[in-house]
Amino acid sequence: MKYLIIGYSTAAVSAIKAIRSIDKENEIVVFTDEDRLYSRPLISYYLAGKVSEDKMNFVEDDFDKKYNLNVYYSTKVVGLDIKNKIVATDKKQEFKYDKLLITSGGVPIVPPIKGLENNIEGIFTFTKLLDAKKLLDYITKNRIENAVILGGGLIGMKSAEGLLARSIKFYIIDIADRLLANTFDNIASEYLEKKLEEHNCKFIKSNTIVEVIAENNRLTSVKLKDSSEIKTNLLIIAVGVRPNIDFIKDSGIKINKGILVDEHMRTNIEDVFAAGDVVESKNSILEENSVIAIWPTAAQQGKVAGLNMAGDNKIYEGLYPMNSVEILGIPSISFGITNIKENDPKYKVLIRREENLYKKIVLKDNKIVGIILLGNIERAGIFKLLIDKKVDVKNFEEELLKDDFGFLVLPKDFRKHLVVGEGVEI
Amino acid sequence: MKKVLAKEEYCMGCRLCEVYCATAHSKSKSIIKTFKSEGGKALSAIVFEEKGVLSFALQCRHCEDAPCVQACLTGAMYKDKNGVVLHNKEKCVGCWMCIMVCPFGVIKPDLKNKKVASKCDLCLEREKPSCVEHCPNEALVVVEVNK
Repeated sequence: MKYLIIGYSTAAVSAIKAIRSIDKENEIVVFTDEDRLYSRPLISYYLAGKVSEDKMNFVEDDFDKKYNLNVYYSTKVVGLDIKNKIVATDKKQEFKYDKLLITSGGVPIVPPIKGLENNIEGIFTFTKLLDAKKLLDYITKNRIENAVILGGGLIGMKSAEGLLARSIKFYIIDIADRLLANTFDNIASEYLEKKLEEHNCKFIKSNTIVEVIAENNRLTSVKLKDSSEIKTNLLIIAVGVRPNIDFIKDSGIKINKGILVDEHMRTNIEDVFAAGDVVESKNSILEENSVIAIWPTAAQQGKVAGLNMAGDNKIYEGLYPMNSVEILGIPSISFGITNIKENDPKYKVLIRREENLYKKIVLKDNKIVGIILLGNIERAGIFKLLIDKKVDVKNFEEELLKDDFGFLVLPKDFRKHLVVGEGVEI
Repeated sequence: MKKVLAKEEYCMGCRLCEVYCATAHSKSKSIIKTFKSEGGKALSAIVFEEKGVLSFALQCRHCEDAPCVQACLTGAMYKDKNGVVLHNKEKCVGCWMCIMVCPFGVIKPDLKNKKVASKCDLCLEREKPSCVEHCPNEALVVVEVNK
C-alpha cells in the first residue's frame, strides 16, 4: 500500500494524521509546489508584522519525520494517469499509488482587466507566503501610503487588516453591494464601512476595475467600471480563489467548479480522494454542492478523506460558508445564509441592532440557517452547533439574541447529553 | 482521560468554581491577590450559566475530535499526549476560529490583546481540577473517560 498526496496544507496534514492513526507502516508521499509547510491564512498577520516568517508553521517542526513522510518540496504535479495509477511531476519523475488524495487547494481568481497582460509592477495577488513577501518588499521599498484592494471577501478583508496595521490607507472595491458578501448582509457591512471611513479608508460597492494604468511599467492608477479613476501605486487583487484543477482537467476525474466528491470524500475514480479548497461538496444548509475555501472545512474534509483512505468508513457532514473577521477592533463571526430578501415568506429573521453590536439570526422551518454576530462573538460556536444539529429553536427563539444566551435555554435532553453524557461527544 | 462533568441538579449557583479557577491560574495563587492586586477581576476558564433556579458551570469538554484544534490556523490550540486540549498563547494570533467552531462556547476571547484569553487546562499540575476540588456540593465531578 502506498499513499500519494498532492498538496501540503491543512487538508493534507489532517489526512496524514488520520491515516497514521490507523496505518503506521505504509509509505506516504507528499508533493507540494511550496518550499516549506506553513499556514497560508497567516500571511495577513505576516503582512501586518504580527507573525514572523519562522513562526508560520502550524504543526511541529519535525512533522515530516514524526509522521514518517516522504515530502517532495518545490515539486509540481503535472499529470495523472488514473488507469495505471501514476502521478507525474515537473521533475520528470513518475510515482505509482494505491490511494491518491488531491488537496491542491485554490489559485487566485484574476478577473479580466485591461493592462494586466503587461506585467506591471505594483499589482499583487494574496494567497501565498511568496505573494506576501513580494508585497511587503514593494511596500517598504516604495514607501507605499495608499492602495486599492479589489475584492471585499475574506481575502480582501484579511489583506485590509494587514495594510491597516501598516497605516496604509486604501479603497476596497467589490462588485457586490456589501463587504464579506458570502455571509454578511448590508447592515453588517455598514458597521465595517463606517469603521473603515473613520480610518480614511473607503468601500466602493457594486463596482470593479476595468483597466490598470502604468508609467514606466509601474502602476499609477486604476480605472473603474463607472469610468472614475483612482491614483495608486499598489493594487491587491483579492477576488477569491478557484479550485486548482488545471493539472487534472483531462484525467477523467469529474469536475464541476471543483472536484466532485461524495460524502466519503471520494471522487468518481476508485482510490482517488480529494479534500479542501479544491473540492465541491455538499452544502448542508442549501442541500446542493458548493466550493467553500476555508481552513476549518479543509481540515475536517482532510481528516475524513484520510480515515477512509486507510480503511475506515467515515462520513463528511457537509459544509456551509462561515467567516471570522476582525477589522479595526470589530470582531465578527458569521455562518450560512444571512442576506435574505425582505419579506421572503420562507424565512424568519431576528435582529438586534445597537451602536456597536449587531446580531441577526435567520430561521427556516424553526431551524437556524444563518447568523451574523458583530461586536460580540462570545459563544458563537453554540450557534454553529444548532445549525449542524438542525435543532428546532421554536421554544426558545426569543432567547437567541440575548446576552446570556447559552446552554440553559436549550432543550434539557439535548443539553444534558452534551454536557453530562459519559462520552461527552458532540 | 479525566473529564469534568457538571451536574446541574446539584449546582447552587455559588460561583466558587470561577473564583478558584481564576486563583489556580493566577501568579500568586492567592484569592485576594488574584482579584485585587493582580489587576482587578480575574478571568476564569469557566462559563457559568444561570436562569431562574437552574445553574451550572461549564468548561472545555476536551473533545476527542476537538473542532478548535482542527480549526486553529497557527497550531496554538493542540492536544497533549493524554488528549487534553491546551492552548499556547505565544502562537495565538486571535483569529477566533476556535470561538467560531467550539460547540460549547467555552473559549473566551481577549479582544484587547488578540489572544484566546482563557481555556480550561484541567489543572494538569494539580491532583484535581481546582473548580472540582472547591465545589461545595459536588456539582462538578471528575470522571475517568476511556478515550
